[in-house]
Amino acid sequence: MIFAFDIIILVFLVIAAIISLSVKDLLSASMIFGIYGFLICLLWAEMGAVDVAFTEAAVGAGISAVLMVATVFNTKRKSSD
Amino acid sequence: MRLPNMFAIIAVVITGGILLYGVSDFPSFGDPKSPANAAVPGSESVSQYFITKSYKDTKVPNLVTSVLADYRGYDTMFETVVIFAAGMAIFAILGSVGGGSQPRVQEEGPSFVDGDHSRIIVGTTCRLLVPVIQVFALYVIGHGHYSPGGGFQGGVILAASFIIIALSSDLDAALRRLSEVNYLRLACVGILIYAGFGVLCQVLESNFLDYGVLQPILLTDGPEMARSHSMLGVEIGVAFTVTAIMFAIYANLSSRGTLRDGL
Repeated sequence: MIFAFDIIILVFLVIAAIISLSVKDLLSASMIFGIYGFLICLLWAEMGAVDVAFTEAAVGAGISAVLMVATVFNTKRKSSD
Repeated sequence: MRLPNMFAIIAVVITGGILLYGVSDFPSFGDPKSPANAAVPGSESVSQYFITKSYKDTKVPNLVTSVLADYRGYDTMFETVVIFAAGMAIFAILGSVGGGSQPRVQEEGPSFVDGDHSRIIVGTTCRLLVPVIQVFALYVIGHGHYSPGGGFQGGVILAASFIIIALSSDLDAALRRLSEVNYLRLACVGILIYAGFGVLCQVLESNFLDYGVLQPILLTDGPEMARSHSMLGVEIGVAFTVTAIMFAIYANLSSRGTLRDGL
């Protein structure tokens, strides 16, 4: 567990979470949510849970981003609030 | 407009504070005295047992898979059932919302227009990429008990290859390869494989999912290798269900349950 690496990942994690919540374009929001998933995957891998990191990369960052994009294409592109 | 925002912020701050307060009670990372690692007086510690005995019990080098598919096999079986149920729920909801509507009219005419080079580039790249992805997915499934991976991850990667086909051309191209009836069959077959291993153990007069007794059927060297091979079997079952359900969710979401056109 490397402390400096941890801090960098966690800072980017918070930034990605805030941006994906605040951005108006829903397509970019779901893309940034994919980045959030990959950062969590890095965090798992760095803590030694490689199996969980693999699952997170495949499910959290890969498929859920695609499913969200598929949903965005069937609704409005812009968020109203 | 300001007021609900204030309430939301207060709620978030309170919830976050409670969560942080709860985290402070956790044992620190890798603490040998934490409840999961330390032995209770009179019995052996759980993680000590898995680390020292799991290879002897199951001949599976990847400890995570041996815990997931053997010691906690019952748990994993119902995780697969949960994924199956989630897929069925999405199928039912989207099917009832969009199923009755008219098929969408194709607006832009034929999808393959002469001179549309970006389409050709994307299509060719994906055609070259899909076999590589599928072989890697099969490797992840089959190698799950030697290296990180297994049914869930491999199934998702396999489903991603079908989704790439749907994204690069259209949903019909993907549905020609894995049709609606076939992915529903595949999802059911996956769970039946997993439960079948359990029932087979019961037929041979042992506990549900106690793979050791399958040794005479699998013709292995000993009950340990029977456990290893049965784990591969149930991982394949998990992979079937996950592939089918992930592709089903995508196909239904992208076409509003009508299974036509897609994105």
